[in-house]
Amino acid sequence: MPTDGVNNGRRRFLVATTSVVGAVGVGFAAVPFIKSWEPSARAQAVGAPVQVYVGALEPNQLLKVQWRGQTIGILRRSEETLALLPENDSHLRDPDSLESDQPPFAENEWRALKEKYLVVNMHCTHLGCIPQLMPQVGPQPFDENWHGGFFCPCHKSRFDMAGRVYKGVPAPTNLRIPPYSYIEQETVLIGVNPEGAA
Amino acid sequence: MNTKALLRIVGLAALLAASFPVLSAEEGGLESAGINIRDTASIQRGAKWFVNYCFSCHSASYMRYKRLSEDLGLDEDLVERNLVFADVKLGETMEIAMRPQDAEAWLKKTPPDLSLVARSRGADWLYTYMKTFYKDASGHWNNLMLPNAAMPHVMWQLQGIQVPVWSEHDNGHGGQEEVIDHLTLLTPGLQTPEEYENTVPDLVTFLDYLSEPAKVKRKNIGIWVMLFLVLFAGISYLLKAEYWRDVH
Amino acid sequence: MAKPASALAKRADELFNWFDKRLPVSAFWKATMTGYYAPKNFNFWYYMGSLALLVLVMQIVTGIFLTMNYKPSAAEAFASVEYIMRDVEWGWLIRYMHSTGASFFFILVYLHMFRSLLYGSHKKPRELLWVFGVLIYLTLMAEAFMGYVLPWGQMSYWGAQVIINLFGAIPSIGEPLTEWIRGDYFISDATLNRFFALHVIALPLVLLGLVLMHLVALRENGSNNPDGIEIKANKGEDGHPVDGIPFHPYYTVKDIFGVSMFLLIFAFILFFWPEAGGLFLEHDNFVPANPLVTPEHIKPVWYFTPYYAILKAVPDKLMGVILMGCSVMILFFLPWLDRSPVKSIRYRGMWYKILVFMFAIAFIRLGMLGMAAGTPAETIEMRIWTFVYFAFFILLFFLSPGGKTKPVPDRLTH
Repeated sequence: MPTDGVNNGRRRFLVATTSVVGAVGVGFAAVPFIKSWEPSARAQAVGAPVQVYVGALEPNQLLKVQWRGQTIGILRRSEETLALLPENDSHLRDPDSLESDQPPFAENEWRALKEKYLVVNMHCTHLGCIPQLMPQVGPQPFDENWHGGFFCPCHKSRFDMAGRVYKGVPAPTNLRIPPYSYIEQETVLIGVNPEGAA
Repeated sequence: MNTKALLRIVGLAALLAASFPVLSAEEGGLESAGINIRDTASIQRGAKWFVNYCFSCHSASYMRYKRLSEDLGLDEDLVERNLVFADVKLGETMEIAMRPQDAEAWLKKTPPDLSLVARSRGADWLYTYMKTFYKDASGHWNNLMLPNAAMPHVMWQLQGIQVPVWSEHDNGHGGQEEVIDHLTLLTPGLQTPEEYENTVPDLVTFLDYLSEPAKVKRKNIGIWVMLFLVLFAGISYLLKAEYWRDVH
Repeated sequence: MAKPASALAKRADELFNWFDKRLPVSAFWKATMTGYYAPKNFNFWYYMGSLALLVLVMQIVTGIFLTMNYKPSAAEAFASVEYIMRDVEWGWLIRYMHSTGASFFFILVYLHMFRSLLYGSHKKPRELLWVFGVLIYLTLMAEAFMGYVLPWGQMSYWGAQVIINLFGAIPSIGEPLTEWIRGDYFISDATLNRFFALHVIALPLVLLGLVLMHLVALRENGSNNPDGIEIKANKGEDGHPVDGIPFHPYYTVKDIFGVSMFLLIFAFILFFWPEAGGLFLEHDNFVPANPLVTPEHIKPVWYFTPYYAILKAVPDKLMGVILMGCSVMILFFLPWLDRSPVKSIRYRGMWYKILVFMFAIAFIRLGMLGMAAGTPAETIEMRIWTFVYFAFFILLFFLSPGGKTKPVPDRLTH
């Protein structure tokens, strides 16, 4: 074959163009495969928002529901425990929830949309056990100045009535707050934030 | 291409053409449904017919309500109010309340799930089926497409009641036999024949959509893919031709 | 090429050399690509091999992704396929790629094999290349058969029933053999699950091994060509065949173009006609498997129908199975049945052209008849074409040594 008269510039251009178009094609072809790993319609259906009527709750009563494989607790807090919340701050690891995980609307003192109810992901931020609710204010074996809260039996982590973690326990952060909103005065929709995003 | 190859291809094509009756071995008598899968309004109406007339006995267990609202441009509230019966969430599949053992007891045969019926039977069959219910001599419902079907004519109130008109036919063995020549409307229904003519295609279009919800998306993407491949074929041809100038 | 001056290019070179010292990268590239000379007159028929390789890769990739969501149990299989088609993002596309790919695999393989009949690519010294090819074909048929059972539709179930029952025709060992294949007293969950294992990993590994051997055997003697001349017989001063061109860049760029044309046809079917009128995805398979209801018309997928017609042509069950088996196995012997001194159809007598033409028509016609219901007239026709099918091989054996041939040129023509 002749090696003279070969237009190398044209060849380089055509090789480059074909490579680029080909790479674009491969990129487009890869998209469906990568996206097929996203949660399917079935997973989305099973993980759909959960609607809970909370109007029947007594003060300091806890209701647990499942959402996306997580146990979500809805706690109606008594006036007493709400009032005691600010007093806990000096004993807490992250009183202002700067290190912890919650939606923007829960970055307040009571970590909720409304003071009355705490909607919280019940899984201990240490290793995932479900803490027990101990709402009574008074001395406890683990804390003589207990203001009510959650006590995790696995490794003895403690959280207050806003799910905030105490100092000196294994759990590193406050209990997580899931996305949620109120669709009626006493009806919570877990999984959907007030703006509409989940 | 040389003459030999050309002759071969022509011979093949001729043979294939001659055998088309074998390939398309459909029974005669199928009317063309003439549906358009891109007609969203038709599918919406069909969904209404399906839920009101079919869904009490036939499940559509591979379809989710939520998808209906997304694909057909229907508000989720609208779907919940008009298409979802009982306390079922929107993301769930279209199941029926009747249990299989009850179906067996009450209806002799369990009504099959209809999610894929448009792919197994075809739109034309379904269209003809819904139009050829008739009352036979014993007073039972019967159907030209499915003789002695266990299913009654659920839409008889709309179409009315048809009866067969018989005629004599050569039975191929030297004798005569009675066959159904055509059906005629004995008792009119709530819809005129023209109105029913429009109802059935809507239902069939919905069933077609039900059997492959991604069909329209598939075709739309296909157009883009073909365009891209034409571009790629063109460029790769130029590349090939450029290098092959070396070869004599 | 200009000497790499930039620092990046130098680093790239160093990286390449690091690998090249530890693996035979440049030696392999030279042996199989730049230093491997192929005849310069490859035509349309020579695209099929590289395209088949592309489809193999595609089937493996799409197959892996299907396996991520498919459930291989009789209770869940059918529903899991619909789950893929509806609920899994882009699942429908992956499924259609796999089903369309399976049919196109056979289209390519049949054209690829037919090329051999045209140009004598099965003849000495490429007999083993052909034999590996037939082994690939057999493995592919088993792979496709098992794959079709997996959706667990009516045709999956009853097709499996019919084919496995064929083994029951074998005297004395037939019944125990079918029970052993099924793993149960009837086609069941056990059968489905083991077919899944074979289809997903066992047979693909065998296929890959055979394809590797096929390519190694090809590399050993180099490719044949439409003139049937051995280009190595005519070497130039540089030691390379005068009628040969290095595979890279000439056949790499040509095959890339071939791929683009193939993808155009493939994409058209996939996006606009994936069922192919019931040929690629049979209508009955959209009905879940029901052991109590036999479909009106059990037939295998189109690529098996020629052999199915041969089976149906014979009135006796055992003889039908034997003849069907022979119709496939006879392919192995082609290199030794074809005793022509000349390779390419271009230089053989008219009799060979007629034989090949009739064989092609027979194969296609048998395929169409295999799909049909089987009226008495069709059965007669099946027998005629079965006769033609075998007559090709028998007549080839007796007529190939003699007969007028045209003088074979020394250099490639076109």
